[in-house]
Amino acid sequence: MAKHSIQPGAVIDGFTIGECVHSGGMATLWTVTRPDIAAPLLMKVPRVSEGEDPAAIVSFEMEQMILPRLSGPHVPACFAAGDFMRQAYVVIEVIPGTTLYSRLGELPLPCEEAAAIAGKIATALADLHRQNVIHHDIKPSSIMFRPTGEAVLIDFGLSHHNQLPDLLQEEFRIPYGTAPYMAPERLLGVRDDPRSDLFSLGVLLYFFTTGVRPFGESETLRGMRRRLWRDPYPPRKLKADYPPWLQEVVLRCLEIDPVWRYPTASQLAFELAHPDQIKLTGRAERLNRDPISTVWRRRFNGNLTQQRGKSDLAAQLASGPIVTIALDVSEESRELNDALRVTAERILATLPAARLACLNVLKLGRVTIDRTLDEAGNNKHVDRLVALRHWASPLKLDENRLTVHVLEAIDPAAAILEFAEANNVDHIVIGARQSSLRRTLLGSVSAKVAAEAACTVTVVRPPRLASLHEQAPATERPAAAKV
Amino acid sequence: MLLAVFADIHANRQAFVACLDYARSRGAEQMVFLGDYVGYGADPEWTVETVMGLVENGALAVRGNHDNAVGTPSESMNAEAQAAMEWTRGRLPAEQRRFLADLPLELWDEDRLYVHSEASNPPRWRYVQNAPDAARSLIATQAHITFCGHIHRPALYSMSSTAKMTSFIPTADVPVQLSGGRQWLAVLGSVGQPRDGDPAAAFAMFDTDSQQISYCRVPYDVEAAAQRIRDNGLPHWLADRLAVGR
Repeated sequence: MAKHSIQPGAVIDGFTIGECVHSGGMATLWTVTRPDIAAPLLMKVPRVSEGEDPAAIVSFEMEQMILPRLSGPHVPACFAAGDFMRQAYVVIEVIPGTTLYSRLGELPLPCEEAAAIAGKIATALADLHRQNVIHHDIKPSSIMFRPTGEAVLIDFGLSHHNQLPDLLQEEFRIPYGTAPYMAPERLLGVRDDPRSDLFSLGVLLYFFTTGVRPFGESETLRGMRRRLWRDPYPPRKLKADYPPWLQEVVLRCLEIDPVWRYPTASQLAFELAHPDQIKLTGRAERLNRDPISTVWRRRFNGNLTQQRGKSDLAAQLASGPIVTIALDVSEESRELNDALRVTAERILATLPAARLACLNVLKLGRVTIDRTLDEAGNNKHVDRLVALRHWASPLKLDENRLTVHVLEAIDPAAAILEFAEANNVDHIVIGARQSSLRRTLLGSVSAKVAAEAACTVTVVRPPRLASLHEQAPATERPAAAKV
Repeated sequence: MLLAVFADIHANRQAFVACLDYARSRGAEQMVFLGDYVGYGADPEWTVETVMGLVENGALAVRGNHDNAVGTPSESMNAEAQAAMEWTRGRLPAEQRRFLADLPLELWDEDRLYVHSEASNPPRWRYVQNAPDAARSLIATQAHITFCGHIHRPALYSMSSTAKMTSFIPTADVPVQLSGGRQWLAVLGSVGQPRDGDPAAAFAMFDTDSQQISYCRVPYDVEAAAQRIRDNGLPHWLADRLAVGR
């Protein structure tokens, strides 16, 4: 078991060690280069000598298992990993800049800015969860941003991968992580619920908008356990002008029971992207914490403390998709719209955590200057929103599962595709216009959406009536088989 | 080198053929057999003959409790297993019975240990049902990785240098790196009689270079295997359970 010595100039598996840029409690970071890789690189090396915290080693093992399997803009690219039998390390890309920790001096941030930051983090979490990983250490110092704006999550030493052994499951007698940000269920040993990350993001958003940590800084187990029954002060108690929509989001993230939080990070990102459509509940206006009777009930007959079955991350994400229905609200589309509603009903009935975004494209002329008002002086945009809500009303959806959107665009298909991409839509349902002059001239919107969308697309047609042509006896059809 | 590791074939020809084909199509270079070639299924002669042929060509094989029972009628078993065993005994030629009796209970290859049930006391045929059972096996050996079968349900356990255990139900076809610095116990599912609710045949592939293990599931003609059991007058329950994987 020959150990390499990590020092400037040394070469390990082709990587030439540069300088040590960070020396922390768990690991050291070195700049490294390899001739065939142009990107600036960092080598992370765990502290493994005698007397070090064994947790540091296990955390590093976990990170080493998970990092090479991750991809996309929201994680640092991983170039190599070295095994413990020789020299443990991971080589990752350098993310330039500082972590969100560097902004703590500026708190509280303006609400809009903090919400935009939280939206980016939620998008990054959605991407991570889709890759079967729960981060479990969301806090300012594990978040960076690319120059292009995407949030990048770093430090996967406490993470859980749904398809890999969880090396941390029995490692610690007390929950391991960053106390102020830790979700209540983590205190009970639950490590497989992605909504734990949404709780931590809620703590971050609360902290960034009020300057106060919702559960203080207590590091003792007893202090941490209070969050199993005691809810934090609503932000409006601390800041009278705190926007109700933001309090709605923050307190929903901080729900003690994960079931009451957002079902998925995508849905949270969606809300933060459309604050004007957030359904305000009792959470939005609250000025006080839950009454003591509620707190006692939680504390002494708490449901949270009961054992629960293992949850499957992928199945949980799949049960809470964002479904977009693209509708044409004109009168002649009624039959098709009824068919679309039937399809929507079926999807929503099987997936109680799904949310529906109804979409209509207000088509702009290429040359003409469009006016907001129609001939009768009505606002076209508002009319369409009303029509969309009217279409959705028979679905009897809880309002926090429904949003309506009117996009203005020259190319309707491109607008739908862009909306789906920007909002992490999982499923587009769209009607196919029956053969019409418009379709002949303009091409089919549904065909383009179906061909180019990154998600599932269902193309709906109204029930078909039998036609003379189809009733012709088989013998009169051209028989291809005979040729 | 890419290993294909098979446990608990139990004379299920259809399942064994499907797994062998799958392993060969993915470039398996060395076959390892963790015992229980016979019992339950209706093709013991063909199965043992195939394993004997592979062992002649370099495959590794250890003895399981059913293989042991062929030559040791005192081995305790449930009623169905007993009925299948008596039927099996009458069918295997002497050469095959001798092959089974001569198989070792455990085999070492580099830092890997192959054993049918677990490492702490192989002749006792203990089941590894949970982390404490796995710990008993891991403490008893220096092997970096122990491969075993016997319980017919896939699982992967590890023990850290500070004796902390992890347990895990593997996801089919998602490779897991068996890192150095901790010991691993890879419990394989059964080729010929899966009991984890998935009727597909189970085995595993292990890459000695990257130290990655992949648990594989292979669909096969369950009905044909079940029909062979019924046609040969073996207890019908042994046929029925194949379809549900219980």
